[in-house]
Amino acid sequence: MEDIIFNILDYPILTVTTFLPLAGALIILLLRRAVLIRWFALATTITTLIVSLPVYKHFDKATYKMQFVEIYPWIPAWNIHYKVGVDGISVLFIFLVTILSILCVTVSWKVIQTKTKEFFISLLILETAMIGVFVSLNVFHFYLFWELTLIPMFLLIGAWGGSNRIYAAVKFVLFMLAGSVLMLVGIIVLYYAGGKTFDILELSRISYPEELQFWLFLAFFAAFAVKMPMFPIHTWLPDAHTEAPTAGSVILAGVLLKMGAYGFLRFSFPMFPHAVKVLFIPMLVLSVTAIIYGGYVTLMQTDMKRLIAYSSVSHMGFVTLGLFTLNQTGIEGGILQMINHGVITGALFLCIGMIYERTHTRMIEDYGGLSKTVPLFIVFFTVFTLAAIGLPGMNAFVGEFLIISGAFKANMIIAAFSIFGVVLGVTYMVWLYYRVALNEINSNTKSSLFDLDSREIATLVPLVMLVFLIGVQPEIVLSYMHASVEHLVEQIHTAVPLDPNRIYNSVNLFVEYVKELLWWG
Amino acid sequence: MDLSRYFTLADISGIAPEIVLTIAALSVLTVEMMRVSRPGINLMVAAAGLLVAGVFAAQGFKEEILFGGMLRLNKISLFFDFLYLAVAFGTLILSQGYLEKKGGKPRGEYHALILFCVIGMMLMTEANDLVIVFLGLELLSLSLYILVGFLRHDVLSNESGLKYLFLGAFSTGFFLFGAALIYGAAGTTNYNEIASVVASGEILSYLYLSLGIGLLLIGFAFKVALVPFHLWSPDVYQGAPTTVTAFLCTAPKAAGFGALLNIFIVAFPEIQIEWQKLFWILAALTMTIGNISALMQSHVKRMLAFSSVSHAGYLVLGVLVLNSVGLSAVLFYLVVYSAMNLGAFAILLLVEKDGKGLNFKDYRGFATQHPWMAVAMAVFMISLAGFPPTGGFIAKYGLLSSAVAEGYIWLVVIAVLNTLVSAYYYLRLIVNMYMQEEKDISNPVSGVLVLGLIGFLAVIVLILGITPEFLLNITTEAATTAF
Repeated sequence: MEDIIFNILDYPILTVTTFLPLAGALIILLLRRAVLIRWFALATTITTLIVSLPVYKHFDKATYKMQFVEIYPWIPAWNIHYKVGVDGISVLFIFLVTILSILCVTVSWKVIQTKTKEFFISLLILETAMIGVFVSLNVFHFYLFWELTLIPMFLLIGAWGGSNRIYAAVKFVLFMLAGSVLMLVGIIVLYYAGGKTFDILELSRISYPEELQFWLFLAFFAAFAVKMPMFPIHTWLPDAHTEAPTAGSVILAGVLLKMGAYGFLRFSFPMFPHAVKVLFIPMLVLSVTAIIYGGYVTLMQTDMKRLIAYSSVSHMGFVTLGLFTLNQTGIEGGILQMINHGVITGALFLCIGMIYERTHTRMIEDYGGLSKTVPLFIVFFTVFTLAAIGLPGMNAFVGEFLIISGAFKANMIIAAFSIFGVVLGVTYMVWLYYRVALNEINSNTKSSLFDLDSREIATLVPLVMLVFLIGVQPEIVLSYMHASVEHLVEQIHTAVPLDPNRIYNSVNLFVEYVKELLWWG
Repeated sequence: MDLSRYFTLADISGIAPEIVLTIAALSVLTVEMMRVSRPGINLMVAAAGLLVAGVFAAQGFKEEILFGGMLRLNKISLFFDFLYLAVAFGTLILSQGYLEKKGGKPRGEYHALILFCVIGMMLMTEANDLVIVFLGLELLSLSLYILVGFLRHDVLSNESGLKYLFLGAFSTGFFLFGAALIYGAAGTTNYNEIASVVASGEILSYLYLSLGIGLLLIGFAFKVALVPFHLWSPDVYQGAPTTVTAFLCTAPKAAGFGALLNIFIVAFPEIQIEWQKLFWILAALTMTIGNISALMQSHVKRMLAFSSVSHAGYLVLGVLVLNSVGLSAVLFYLVVYSAMNLGAFAILLLVEKDGKGLNFKDYRGFATQHPWMAVAMAVFMISLAGFPPTGGFIAKYGLLSSAVAEGYIWLVVIAVLNTLVSAYYYLRLIVNMYMQEEKDISNPVSGVLVLGLIGFLAVIVLILGITPEFLLNITTEAATTAF
């Protein structure tokens, strides 16, 4: 119990932040007029952000301990407590969730004309679920929030999405569920292995037998890898992102993908350090495959939204690359890059959503010469394109730099390959920019285009500010995570030293464990 | 004549709920006979009977063995009693106006038969003797045969009544033969005596005993629709009046599992270990085949029928584990399962009209026209699929957790993969309600009581998902007294 700091504020700040959107959703349930519902949703999301701000002010950056911790008994029969808290790893994501939620409300202001009530209720429930995932210190309600994200997202994609929305929505849920049910088995096994407790911190202190770690890692990996998504199981992502309404794409790219990576940091690394150390090379290889493969597939896309969606595969490859370097630089870079990706890709989806609203086409071939027709829009689009490429002075540069320098420490060859991804990133973004913003004015869409209004500018400006703020002064973000990441790296490397007399080849190990399981299972 | 040789006052007060129900059922029939044709009077009498029976069950409860070892009252039987009473009460509310809507006359027999069903089920879970189980089972089955075929002018209802009668009678035969063989092997039909005979090794023939248990199991497998004895269920569920289907797939299933658990806990505690492999296979088969069959249905009632088969498969996990944790999980599951199925069928029977409104396609645009009912239906579906934060998740978690504790990891993996499959067909209804283009659907006939019940059940399902503590305490306490 020594590694937590109880909530020092005079109100339960994390609980309030988590459940405020839900309360808002319940009130919206009773409202009738669409205008009222929109304003109320906006008010709720803004209040949530404001309520959460004291966390950053009072956050003690010098310690890795969990802060603002609240514990209440919940289901004593199963030894389940409601326990929330944040450390340097999770605290930033709350900011990401709360700010993106506001933008999602404003960007949906005009587009959502049918079932307005259901839309904003789904969005607000989703916000509660996402914050809940990041503040949970109990596996049970972590899983609860984790699964709670599925149904609202399913509805967002399926009810307000594009033409192929139902296929995309069902595919999304089934992929997610396939991963998370395996995690559920892992969670139950962990519960018994860890002495019948769901407390994440207590579970992290126990060292589990090697083989159990291996299987548990895979069980959790199933859920996290699907969510990320890592290379071979990423196929739900382009469909879901493309078909989702703008707000849905932003949430998906901005937050839901990060939940997978966050899961690695919160569960896999501290709880299964042995398995992580055995399996980190395959994970790095998968990451680099995702970076390069994702980059190539992105190049060939003709649909703007799909293009950005595939670029996420590549970017999330960078994130996992950073995390599995298992050194401080790489992991910090990975976390920073998650925030960056949330900001940049979120912003790009917002941009595309805005012009889609006007022209109702996402095809690149329908655009051209936007810099002449909608100059204000192109200012923003340029900023985010450059940020996505990783131009120095903008946020993604810092993240990628840290990740790649971490990767060089971990494995020279893999790091060298990852450089390809950066080049590919420049290629597809610049090419996209050339075809959309420069080139000749396309007569198909010229008549329907008009420039951004003040609501849309207000939606994009906060993200521009974040891009430059993190780009110029990354320490603002990094300072939150130093202590926590340092502790995490320590946990991984001091936990169970690998047996020096044994050769750990992950493939052989896997075969060995499976054999063992079949013989005795 | 000295009756105290046969039973005492304690015996009578122990079965007071059954007596009350019998009186109520007979009064319903009398009222019907007297042609007091005030609408709803049968319903009122029956409902009053259920309430009074509930009061008697709660007031006079003592843990005791009655009628010289024939009946055993304990917390588990009490728990089941209340479950049956609640489900029957809900069914009565749903039935209000339903038969008229289907073109039948409101008849008192309907209500009386439901009360008789409840008596039968109570006897099944209170039984401490194979003969009493048989008695209860027959009382339940006979009433159900008539209820299933209650719509006399409906071909499907007739078909399902007949099908249920034939297959039910067949399965009862298995059950009875099994009981006879066990009697042959052990020389008694009393649970405790069987247990002591088995423990002391004075069994006459292990072959007969095993055969007997096997046949008994087949009988139960028919009743609770375990694969491969489940094929009657979709046809019967589809043809029966929807109110009866709602009843049929909840309370009798609970009674079947209750009686099965009782037999294995009291009479064959050691033998169960030898049968674990069989239960393992039964569970895996039932879950998988139930789910895969449900995938292909376009008729919502048939889909729910197959889904209830797969739910029975999850429940077998509890029989497999057979400790207090598992039993508690089974009890919890049965409550949640009953609530969500009753709710789903309640919406179904409001929407159905003239034989239409039962396909997935009929639910297109439901969310726009009836937003509240669509929300309730979505809650039931999400809960059936086992998503948090609904009771369905907590219930499933309890069962899986108890199975993992006993080391059945692979079976649990099969179970969770099955929930993945099941999500597809449950979500299909949500897809139709929320995501398909609008279509004019028949306006549901809405009674205040039925709508109230639907809302109540939806709230219950959600509350059990968020704060299950209350019910968990009850089930845990009941389960620990059984061992």
